Amino acid sequence: MLNVLKQAPPTAIFGMLVIAVTIILAVFAPWIAPYGETQIVGADYLPWGDGYVLGTDNLGRDMLSRMIYGTRNTVGLAMLTTGIAFFIGSFLGIFAALKGRWIDQLISRIIDVLMAVPPLILALILLAILGSSIPNMVGVIAVIYVAPVFRLSRAAAMDIVQLDFIQAARLRGEGAFWLIRREILPNITSTLLAEFGLRFCFVFLFIAALSFLGLGIQPPTADWGSMVKENATLISFGDITPLIPAAAIGLVTVAINFVVDWMLHRASGLKE
Amino acid sequence: MTELLTIRGLKIAGRNGANWSEIVKGVDLDLQRGEVLGLVGESGAGKSTLGLAAMGYCRDGCRITNGTILLNGEDLRLASQRRLRDLRGRSVAYVAQSAAASFNPAHRLMDQFIEGPLQHRTSNRQTAAADAVDLYRQMQLPHPEDIGFRYPHEVSGGQLQRAMTCMAMACRPDLIIFDEPTTALDVTTQIEVLAAIRRIVADHNTAAIYITHDLAVVSQMADRIMVLRHGKMVEVADTATMLSAPQEAYTKSLWAVRSLHRPSRPLPAGAPLISVEGVTAHYGTAKALDDVSFSIQRGRTLAVVGESGSGKSTVAKVMTGLLPASGGAVRWKDTVLPPRLESRNRGLLRHIQMIYQMPDTALNPKQTIREIIGRPLTFYLGLRGAQKEARLRNLMKQIELDPDVYLNRPVTALSGGQKQRIGIARALAAEPEFIICDEITSSLDQLVAEGILKLLMKLQADLGLTYMFITHDLATVKAIADDVVVMQNGKVVEKGTRDEVFNPPHPPYTKLLLSSVPEMDPGWLTRLLEKRVGDQTAGDGPIAV
Repeated sequence: MLNVLKQAPPTAIFGMLVIAVTIILAVFAPWIAPYGETQIVGADYLPWGDGYVLGTDNLGRDMLSRMIYGTRNTVGLAMLTTGIAFFIGSFLGIFAALKGRWIDQLISRIIDVLMAVPPLILALILLAILGSSIPNMVGVIAVIYVAPVFRLSRAAAMDIVQLDFIQAARLRGEGAFWLIRREILPNITSTLLAEFGLRFCFVFLFIAALSFLGLGIQPPTADWGSMVKENATLISFGDITPLIPAAAIGLVTVAINFVVDWMLHRASGLKE
Repeated sequence: MTELLTIRGLKIAGRNGANWSEIVKGVDLDLQRGEVLGLVGESGAGKSTLGLAAMGYCRDGCRITNGTILLNGEDLRLASQRRLRDLRGRSVAYVAQSAAASFNPAHRLMDQFIEGPLQHRTSNRQTAAADAVDLYRQMQLPHPEDIGFRYPHEVSGGQLQRAMTCMAMACRPDLIIFDEPTTALDVTTQIEVLAAIRRIVADHNTAAIYITHDLAVVSQMADRIMVLRHGKMVEVADTATMLSAPQEAYTKSLWAVRSLHRPSRPLPAGAPLISVEGVTAHYGTAKALDDVSFSIQRGRTLAVVGESGSGKSTVAKVMTGLLPASGGAVRWKDTVLPPRLESRNRGLLRHIQMIYQMPDTALNPKQTIREIIGRPLTFYLGLRGAQKEARLRNLMKQIELDPDVYLNRPVTALSGGQKQRIGIARALAAEPEFIICDEITSSLDQLVAEGILKLLMKLQADLGLTYMFITHDLATVKAIADDVVVMQNGKVVEKGTRDEVFNPPHPPYTKLLLSSVPEMDPGWLTRLLEKRVGDQTAGDGPIAV
């Protein structure tokens, strides 16, 4: 394991460091943040310094503390949503590849319909119908991202399904669940893992976008997307504070992509 | 006489993770103009690596560490990439094992042929195209004027291999490296390709390095044979000398490998264990099996023989229930087997086990040996804990692998022969009565394959197993089968005991098949071709070469 890390390119190491810091911030937010998540500590829009490293926001809450708590909400929810999408998507994908024929056709066409609608519009419609709460948002985004995960895992499983050891397990009389869980899944894990990293970024940006539009994580909960929105007016006064949560979103996205690139590279076995 | 290729003290290292290990450990090689050298050895002997090195090329993860490679007096190790690119294709050409995988499926054969001469500026488009047709004709490809305008998937495997040889000849190189060009072909097709390659190489006085693990093939093709093992040269001599008087113990063991033979046993009376009765099967609308019937007695070995596309693997699919028959029935003892796999119960499934052709894909690479062999024990017999452990160890001993060493290894850490043994153990774990062996030795070296066959015969004697061997290798059939079924185009052409099938009179197809098996006699191919031409003119020949 240590050997593998030693061979990692600088970009991957940078990515892993950023991710590690993010995780630490998210887990230990209450201990690291100088003030509470929704605590009003002073006047609105205080400048940087003076005990508030990044100043205060539109309601007089400490920006730095809200940034740290925001890690927890934004990254944590993105992780949960991606996890659900992968669980359902990969199961369905492998199942479709395994069963083939009409079952494959049925699931694939349903997924096609899901993919035919632009994701943001679909999310806005569904959230307008269901009402915007965190569970609804997680559910809706998960359903939207089941589609690409399904397509990928179906394609990857198709390659595995025609191998002899699957035939051997079928001849033994194994059920579908065993075949999916024990015979196929371990062989496509690396593909799925790499895709997980990429999808996670999309979900993360999606949540931020929804929050910015006011349909995602609701105030007063801190999250990076809505923090951009709440403080957006500062931009007109030449203050870059609203860009800080935006930069954090960018940084985490880039970091994850660096790590994913490296993992894909390793999985593909390319030398250069 | 001028030396075309001289290799001295060549060492090539291969990388495994961060470690470099030597694949070729100091080999000397000389090749005269127009001479054909056979490179023989088991897999991992370094013969392909050595062959590629003759072009100054190394696979990814390999590097030449020492020695010189002189082609026409020019040291390829010192040549620039540009110079090497210039030489490859023009002075040295390469014919790969799988022509189907080496052609670009998106371009027509002709376009791929022309590419070389244009690149090397040896000719223009029109002359190259005319030359291609000429070479296609020399290689006896059907419709030489039109075949160039087909895509690779529209041409059969044997024809592709010949087209690839034409491509190698395009710039009239001094040297062609053939890397197992006929290994993936059926015996009847192999003959045509061998004859064509031999003729064209002789006509153009091209030197060749012919890499193979099949001794009978190399003795037809080569003027001289070099035997390699573990990256070192074991022995080199003229073909005739090598065959009649091998010096080294390893060479002798290679030559003696086809010694396996089991005395024939008379067909016992009584009800068969499993019988196929008038089975017809379709893939979609295409008929794959046409009224196939045969039966197997308990404790005997039946070999199903035929070329690819003869339906021999389809029979196995029908018997196992993977492909439900569209007519006829498969009878197990005195019950008719349900045609579909899903409607057979575990008791029935347990008794019919299968061993596969490719050990690499037959075992899940993400599992350990313990998981693979242990699963049938739990699944069929409900064994757990100490009982299962004892049975696992027992099975490992039966397949002659040390349980302490191998049980916890991942599949990927085994050699091909070891994997095949694990495949056998997985089948045995179910305690079956009947095992279908689908081309189980065709991807293995002869020595390893012989080990597997010996093991299967021992197990048959100990456990009273019944086997069905699906194979195109008649040497295996001759060695171990009790009964033989010959198939062609989904029909049974001939069936009977081994002695009946291998002794005349033969139906024409069996005759063709039997005469196509290469023999370890340098004059065999020449005589066979003469005889077939003779038969042809006499008007009773089966199929022309």
